[in-house]
Amino acid sequence: MAQSAATQKLRQTPFHDIHVALGAKMVPFAGYEMPVQYPTGITAEHNAVRQRCGLFDVSHMGEFEIRGPQAVEFVSYVTTNDVAALAVGQVHYSTILNDRGTIEDDCLVYRFADKVMMVVNASNREKDFAHISKVKSRFDCTLKDVSDDIALLALQGPIAQRVLQPLTTTDLSTIRYYHFAEGMVSGIPAIISRTGYTGEDGFELYFAATDARPMWEALIATGDVTPAGLGCRDSLRLEMGMALYGNDIDDTTTPLEAGLGWLVKLNKGDFVGRSALVAQKERGIPRRLVGFTTSERSFPRHGYPVFYDGQPSGEVRSGIMSPSLGIPIGTCYLPSAAAKEGTSFEIEIRGKRIPATVVKMPFYKKGTHL
Amino acid sequence: MSNIPTDLLYTEEHEYVKPTDQPDVVQVGITDYAQGELGDVVYVELPKVGDTFGRMDVFGTIEAVKAVSELFAPLAGEVVAVNPRLDKEPSLVNTDPYGEGWMVRLRVKNNGERDQLLGPDEYAAHIGEK
Repeated sequence: MAQSAATQKLRQTPFHDIHVALGAKMVPFAGYEMPVQYPTGITAEHNAVRQRCGLFDVSHMGEFEIRGPQAVEFVSYVTTNDVAALAVGQVHYSTILNDRGTIEDDCLVYRFADKVMMVVNASNREKDFAHISKVKSRFDCTLKDVSDDIALLALQGPIAQRVLQPLTTTDLSTIRYYHFAEGMVSGIPAIISRTGYTGEDGFELYFAATDARPMWEALIATGDVTPAGLGCRDSLRLEMGMALYGNDIDDTTTPLEAGLGWLVKLNKGDFVGRSALVAQKERGIPRRLVGFTTSERSFPRHGYPVFYDGQPSGEVRSGIMSPSLGIPIGTCYLPSAAAKEGTSFEIEIRGKRIPATVVKMPFYKKGTHL
Repeated sequence: MSNIPTDLLYTEEHEYVKPTDQPDVVQVGITDYAQGELGDVVYVELPKVGDTFGRMDVFGTIEAVKAVSELFAPLAGEVVAVNPRLDKEPSLVNTDPYGEGWMVRLRVKNNGERDQLLGPDEYAAHIGEK
C-alpha cells in the first residue's frame, strides 16, 4: 500500500481543524487537504446520507461573482445553459466550454437580483477564471474570485429540511429544488440553496469563511447529522449518474457526448463553443457516455481499459462497488451506435477481460431528489 | 495506534501469520493497520483449497472502496481452508482482522521460512508506530 507523500503545500478549508479533531483521514484533493472519510467509514457515511443526513465540507469549491449591467449576458456567453432564462432565486447546472466545444468545467450558476454567482470545481478554479476573463472585456460587468471568503457546507439527506428548519426563520418548504434564498442560519447570514450532488434532498449553505466553526457546530448540535467525506460524495454522485470533472467529463469530451445536451441551449445566442457543437451535431456524435454494470465481484475502476467489439474504446471513467446496490457500477464512452441499454462489452481488470453491460443511469432510482 | 498482537508474525506487505492448534498450519490475514489504510473492504478474492503458493506469491486480491491491493503469501504452502464468510461479509476484515476477518489457512511447507517474517516490534517500526 503506497503512502502518498504530500510534497506540495496544500490549501486548507476553514473546517480543517474540525476534520482533524474528528479523526478524519485527510488526503490531497484539488490542491486542498480534504477529509476523504471520518472514522465511521465511507460505507456508513454513504448510508447515513441515503437514509438520514450527512454534512460535507465542500469549501474547496470556487465561487466567482459577476456584477454589472451585462452580468447575465457575460455568464450566458461563457457557459452553455441559458442564464437569461433563470429567475432571480433560481440556480442551474451548466458547462464551460472552449472553442473546440469540449468541457473546461461544469458549474452551477446562481441568479441574484444584483449579481450572478458561478460555482466551479476547485481543481479548475484558476484555469476557469483565466479562461472566462479572456472575453470579459466585451461585456459591461466585473468578475471577482471570492472563493477564499466563502465557506460551503452541503447538508444532504432525506431529513435535511427537518434538521435545518429549526435553525432558520426562512421557510425551507418554499425553496424548491434548484432554487435558493438568502437568510440566517443559526444567526449567520447564508445563501440557502436547495441543491446537491447526492441525489437526496438537501441544502448547500454558502456563508462567510469566518463563520465556519459556529455554523458547523450548530448543524452538528442538531444530533441528526453525520460528518461525511469526499469518499462517499463520490459513491453517492456516481450512483445518481452525476458527472465528475476529470473522470466522466474533461477537455476531450463535449457535453453532447457526455449526455449533457440538456445543458446546451443552441438557440440562446452565441456562446463559447457553440459553433463546434453545431458542427459536431451535423457530423454526428461519435461516442456517448454510458453507465454499466458487471456481474463479477471484482469491480472496474477509473482508468481500466474498455473494449467494444474487440476494439479499444477508451477507459473506465468512473467505477465503484455501489454501496446502495451492492453491485459494481461505472461509466465509460462507447461508439454512439453501441450506447444503448443492454449492449455487451468488455473491461480489462488486471489483465483479464470481463463482460460488462450498458444500463440506464441513474443507477440508484430511489433518491429523494432525482 | 494500530493493534499489533504480540503473538503473531508479520510481512512488510501487512499480512499476519497466526498459529493454529495444528503446528504446521497457520492462519493468514491482513493487519489492523492495513485494514485502516485500505478503508471499507468490499470484496476479497481468495484462492481455492488445495492451491499452493511460494513465499510472497500473490494469493488473492482485496478491494476496498478507494483502492485495490494484492495479498501475498507470507510463507510457502498449501491452502487448507479459506474463510467462507468473507464472500458475503468482506467488512469482517475491517471489524476483526485478526479474528473473524481471517483469509486463508496454509499448511506450511518450510517452517524455516518463519525466520524471514517480522516480529511485532519490527512490524511496528515498519509502519512507523515505534
